[in-house]
Amino acid sequence: MTATRLLDGLVIAALAIVPVLAPGYLDLGTRIVIVALCAMSLDLVVGYCGLVTLGHAAFFGVGAYAAGIFALRASAEPLAGLLVGGAAAALLGILSGAVLLRSRRLTLIMLSLATVLVVQETANKLGWLTGGADGLQGISMAPVAGLFAFDLFGRVSYVYAAVVLALGFLVFRSLVDSNFGRSLVGIRENEARMRAIGTPVDARLRAAFVIAAAMAGVAGALQAQVAEFVALNALSVEFSSEILIMLILGGAGRRYGAFLGAPVYVVMQDYLAREDPANWYLWIGLLLLAIVFLAPGGLTAWVSALSRRLGWSRP
Amino acid sequence: MLEIIDLLGSLTFYGTAYGMVLYLLAVGLSVTLGLMRFINLAHGVFAMTGGYLTVTAMSRLGVPFLPAVLAAVILVGALGMLLERTLCRRLYKAPILEQVLFSIGLIFVSIAIARYLFGPLAQPITLPGWLSGRLDVGIGVFPTYRVFLVGVGALLALAIWAGIERTRFGASVRAAVDNRRMAESVGINVDLVFMVCFGLGTALAALGGSLGADLLPIYPGYPNDYLVYFLIVVAVAGAGNVGGALAVALAFGIVDTMIRYFLPDFGRVLIFVLVMAVLYRRPHGFAPKIHA
Repeated sequence: MTATRLLDGLVIAALAIVPVLAPGYLDLGTRIVIVALCAMSLDLVVGYCGLVTLGHAAFFGVGAYAAGIFALRASAEPLAGLLVGGAAAALLGILSGAVLLRSRRLTLIMLSLATVLVVQETANKLGWLTGGADGLQGISMAPVAGLFAFDLFGRVSYVYAAVVLALGFLVFRSLVDSNFGRSLVGIRENEARMRAIGTPVDARLRAAFVIAAAMAGVAGALQAQVAEFVALNALSVEFSSEILIMLILGGAGRRYGAFLGAPVYVVMQDYLAREDPANWYLWIGLLLLAIVFLAPGGLTAWVSALSRRLGWSRP
Repeated sequence: MLEIIDLLGSLTFYGTAYGMVLYLLAVGLSVTLGLMRFINLAHGVFAMTGGYLTVTAMSRLGVPFLPAVLAAVILVGALGMLLERTLCRRLYKAPILEQVLFSIGLIFVSIAIARYLFGPLAQPITLPGWLSGRLDVGIGVFPTYRVFLVGVGALLALAIWAGIERTRFGASVRAAVDNRRMAESVGINVDLVFMVCFGLGTALAALGGSLGADLLPIYPGYPNDYLVYFLIVVAVAGAGNVGGALAVALAFGIVDTMIRYFLPDFGRVLIFVLVMAVLYRRPHGFAPKIHA
């Protein structure tokens, strides 16, 4: 437990140290922080509940649009916008969860894909509200909490996003360490047995799904506020797969998966987009095949196996 | 009044042609899912490969349409069996997450290869003369190509049904679906059944991709963009329900065609909401109960 606590502290320390180590890469850092929050929320569903979905971008996108529209039409206050984004995504989580969570496996994957497509098409067609294919433009955010105005160098953006991620991680941590989190793992390992001992499986899964949706919505809201723009591709199947890939790359259901996967993925994407943009799909595809056959469990599993071999931790 | 009936009639016909292509594309996925419990989201890759092979054989080598399709189907079927032997087989007992990752990886690699070899644009298929006219089929005059799709689809559906219900191999498949261990203990070579089924499934996908190339154009995004349609057919019919897959594919094709015609703006949203409503009522689709 002390080792876990140490590592938890390390994650938060890493967030604080980035602006000192790499002040020129704050935009990239902000992007990493935002997608890490989204991947962490997906971890609740995929890693802890064991439900594979390809629809998480729907929550991210709805959060982004809700926060963007709120900023344009109601109030440019960022913190209120985060709440609006989270609430909108939670609402979609309640609605879609009621349909999706009745199914498992392939049907669940199909329904989650269909959810993204429905939300995307709706956003596309409601051009008067969302800007349609041009994206939601003209957002201008007020200073965070009335004190910190967003600057050109992205310093406030990074700190703001990093603080939200740190708070999100504290929520995530207390969830997965609680009895609720344990029961999710139980459901993942053997749903029938958990039902037999009287766990309200459906209610637990729905709760986890809605919490994850709300967190992804907050991540989307952050994205909308920091970029002051929402693109239609925040709501795409491609982005859904990217979030899943980041999580798996880090390791699903292993607490720090999102924190390892998001930076590695985003930095790799940034590098390849400059060096070899034509073959990005090839590299990411080969990487996935390599994970499946060479490193199931992702980087975290790999790191913990390495540390066991070196005698740093007991098996 | 007559015009409306005429319109509904031709929409139904176009929907049927589209549904037949969907059936060919999805039936292999349904079998691999029901038989091996393998979630192969990369099924569209085989359809796309078949389409590219057919188009290339026709345009660069001058092979006529039918021999080109046949060659593509055989090649892709062989490729499918090879892939089953080498990679897929290792994942049958793996968690669903790894199966999904493997398929997404395969989709991405194939998109990259397709883009590298053929560029990002759709490959037009030049239909032979005997398919490009129009034909009077009694209820109306329709493009010969669509009539051909409906005819071939119906014949294949019949052949697949007969193959599964009436042959010895089909009996082994059904036995392996119902109870793998029992099937093995009565002497069925389940590994071989798996490989052949996988090959046949990919060959059928290649056939759907090649024959349907004028309806669903062949371009690098193919395996990703049409994925949700294969999955709808399989999920609503229920895994391994081959007869159901035909009914669902046809129903989906017809309803989708009508909705797109009458409500072009929100057609896509509506059809997905409809599918969700069906699966809300029947989370396991319409499959007859399988004993696990």
